[in-house]
Amino acid sequence: MRILGVETEGPTVKTFTFKDRGCARAKPGQFLMLWIPGVDEIPLSILDAKEDGAVSVAVKKVGEATQALHNKKTGEIIGIRGPFGNSFTLKEGKILMVGGGTGTAPLLFLAKKSASKATKLVFVIGAKTKEELLFIDKLEETCSKNNLIATTEDGSYGIKGLATTPLESLLTKEKFDMIYTCGPEQMMRKVSDLAEKHEIALEASLERLMRCAIGLCGSCVVGKYRVCRDGPVFTASQLKEAKSEFGVSKRDFSGKRIPLG
Amino acid sequence: MLASGILGYSTETLERIVEGGAGAVVTKSVGLKARKGYANPTIVQTSCGLINAMGLPNPGINEFVKEIHEAKTSLNVPLIVSVYGFAAQEYAAVTKKAADAGADAVELNVSCPHVKETGSEIGQNPKILAEVVRKVKAVVERPIFVKLSPNVTDIVEIAEAAVKAGADALTAINTVKAMAIDTETAMPILNNKIGGLSGPAIKPIAVRCIYEIHEQVKVPIVGCGGVTNWRDAVEFLLAGASAVQIGTAIAIKGPSIFKAVARGIDAYLQRKGFRSVEEIVGLSHRS
Repeated sequence: MRILGVETEGPTVKTFTFKDRGCARAKPGQFLMLWIPGVDEIPLSILDAKEDGAVSVAVKKVGEATQALHNKKTGEIIGIRGPFGNSFTLKEGKILMVGGGTGTAPLLFLAKKSASKATKLVFVIGAKTKEELLFIDKLEETCSKNNLIATTEDGSYGIKGLATTPLESLLTKEKFDMIYTCGPEQMMRKVSDLAEKHEIALEASLERLMRCAIGLCGSCVVGKYRVCRDGPVFTASQLKEAKSEFGVSKRDFSGKRIPLG
Repeated sequence: MLASGILGYSTETLERIVEGGAGAVVTKSVGLKARKGYANPTIVQTSCGLINAMGLPNPGINEFVKEIHEAKTSLNVPLIVSVYGFAAQEYAAVTKKAADAGADAVELNVSCPHVKETGSEIGQNPKILAEVVRKVKAVVERPIFVKLSPNVTDIVEIAEAAVKAGADALTAINTVKAMAIDTETAMPILNNKIGGLSGPAIKPIAVRCIYEIHEQVKVPIVGCGGVTNWRDAVEFLLAGASAVQIGTAIAIKGPSIFKAVARGIDAYLQRKGFRSVEEIVGLSHRS
């Protein structure tokens, strides 16, 4: 299918939009497999899915495949399989979302769907620099400026530190009903530790090397779970079962367990 | 039992398959050295089945023996390790290590259709296949299964060669060589261009292969290829299989498919007045 639009979101991130009837029905948290003909096929979280069939994904330039995709322009052809995996469960009450890097993408999709249900929606977003903070405008629109807390590692915007830096005081001050998180796995591990300490339910979206995306090949297993089929969204208790791997290790192309980079 | 190539990297996922009702599990194919496999796309979903060309990704036997040890400690069903190699002595070396680590049996992958110089390139040639089986049998006592390729002119000739060389059982069949081309880009979709078709589309091919082999060969046949329900499994048994493997159908029905199929077979046996599975193995050969 053809790329309908390409938008630059930051120095390393672009958003691609295309029409796909299947993925247009996707729920927040689900992912798709995007084929860059002649190069690779990669798993990507769905950033938005609209009734008119328009679907978008945010892609960070990290390697050969994402570089090849970044070179593509409107009108060029890509392939789409999906949507795959489960989704975040929509909850009412006071909601906290913690997104790091491109992990913000599925959470923005979730925030848009949650905004009408939640009595309060606070979003903590983290990135290395101000330029790399994604979707700030859209998040301000969705959960209001007061409820958006930004952190940067170099201090160029918002609080200096990691997305987890403001969490301890935030959770001490306020009682949330649900935490959703997506981003670097060590960050999510820390978020889930804090959620456990403060006795708040949590869902986290994980990323692994993927091949089949339908639960057969075993490339993406974490503990007994297949990220592509049982996830990518996992509850705190599932993550606890997989604690020897969650935030610790992943499998490389050969299936060998290696430390998370 | 669980077919090779599916979820076979880790003990924890194999445990789930056993919880789902599998009576035995076969691991992913493992070789002497680690292999990354091919770049994606490694799978194409078609209307009649899946085409895959993973490229035999595996961590290598020296790393995999840890998983075998762990699996043997926690699984209460037989563990069959699938082995591939690029030469007869490689098959033998990997089999020896797998058996030493505790594998209850070894299934020789001489039928992978998408990696050069191994798999079906060995299993399509009765002489080379016989040499592989002999070398393997010379180093281990454990039962050796030979997984056959349907991508041959005469599968019976290959089956007979394997048994003559010492195979204790035959698994039939591996995937059928296949391909998919994207119409928009006019490009083959799989990174490796050619892969192996699995799923319902190949079931009738498997039934024919099992039937033909059962007519000529005395060792047990493990039926594999496109089983999605108990009726498919019974068809395999009637054709001459003594056991049945399931792989692709797990994508749709989940690990509990094993329980559902086993229950269906039991109900069939009861309804038809048979006392055991043995009574229907090869039953269609009566006439």
